[in-house]
Amino acid sequence: MLPTPDTSHVPYSRVYEPAEDSFLLLDTLSSPSETAFLSSRFTTTTSTTKSPPPPPPPLVVEIGPGSGVVIGFLTAHAQTIFSTREVLACAVDVNRFACAATVTTAAKAVAENAGTAGLFLDAVQGDLGAALRRGVVDVLVFNPPYVPTEELPVPVPPPVPVSAVNVVVDQEGRKKTETTWEDDSHLLALSYAGGKDGMETTDRLLDALPGMLSVRGCAYVLLCAQNWPEKVKERMRRLGAAWRAETVGTSGKQAGWEKLQIVRIWRDIAVAPPAS
Amino acid sequence: MKVLTLNFLTCAVKACKSSNDSFPLHPKDAELAHDDIEINSQLLVNVLPRIDWTALRTTSTELGFPELPEQPPTAETLEADEAMLKELHTLLLETQMMEGKLVCGHCGHEYAVREGIANFLLPSHLV
Repeated sequence: MLPTPDTSHVPYSRVYEPAEDSFLLLDTLSSPSETAFLSSRFTTTTSTTKSPPPPPPPLVVEIGPGSGVVIGFLTAHAQTIFSTREVLACAVDVNRFACAATVTTAAKAVAENAGTAGLFLDAVQGDLGAALRRGVVDVLVFNPPYVPTEELPVPVPPPVPVSAVNVVVDQEGRKKTETTWEDDSHLLALSYAGGKDGMETTDRLLDALPGMLSVRGCAYVLLCAQNWPEKVKERMRRLGAAWRAETVGTSGKQAGWEKLQIVRIWRDIAVAPPAS
Repeated sequence: MKVLTLNFLTCAVKACKSSNDSFPLHPKDAELAHDDIEINSQLLVNVLPRIDWTALRTTSTELGFPELPEQPPTAETLEADEAMLKELHTLLLETQMMEGKLVCGHCGHEYAVREGIANFLLPSHLV
């Protein structure tokens, strides 16, 4: 078992606390089948002047990292999971507090695993992959807001109205912003409420996925039983002859149904060779 | 936020995706900080092929760094050039944009960077 990153600094009143879904991602991504898959897909060998140049280091992006426990884990244990420390990691979350928490989680996890860690770049605030350049993501990890809800909460668009933010001065005279309880519960709702079938946000991500992934790219998406995971896999396979979608991790059997599962979505490189 | 990260980011406005002017985003009123990070030469050499060099040159100049050569160095040149390795390491990984704005060259939208975290959420009229 690889150590789980320390998230003791994370404000759980406004950032999603690591739960069964987060731990299923950790277990799945460090399982023998997935480390074998990721290593064969992204391993860089030491370059020499005679051999062809090694594949460049993969960019691992987690959308919606919350506490940062998953991306912190992937970065800290890069050598074990990818068979190389040459891994670049970053994260995108709609919640600014989650971005800050993720930066700290990743920094702590990397410091505690200096011998195996890759490189954590940044956490940015944003909506899914909207700010990412086309085709740059090699490994995408998404633990979506998957709970079916009547309404889909939307992030507060910038500029944040001044009235919604209380500026307080702390003991050292620095200005800090404070959010109210309503704001906090809204931030938490963004992390779990998925609208119809719990799929409204995931559907948007899946639509954008072909444009986000590199040719060698793959995505790990967590789904719950109410998300109709079999339909999701069929839909991704219909993208083209090279597209694959398989369940690679499950947890919490309920009446014979898997409560949660991780679906890996990727292109078979042998069917779709990289363009030049 | 690191300069290397900027090389992976573009304007979040859908209509800007097809325009070459939306990448790279242009730093404005940037306050920079320096993080000491141990240099990993092999990583730099291997990252080079996935960097958009033209965009990096623009970002580098706009942040006030000395002009980068027009063409990216080859792996062999870079491996042998300790000064250039150090320079790229400082630019790509050690330089942090802490405050300021990132401006799209196509639509002109400004994304705020605060405490090293950029905000790419769009105001409702641009979604």
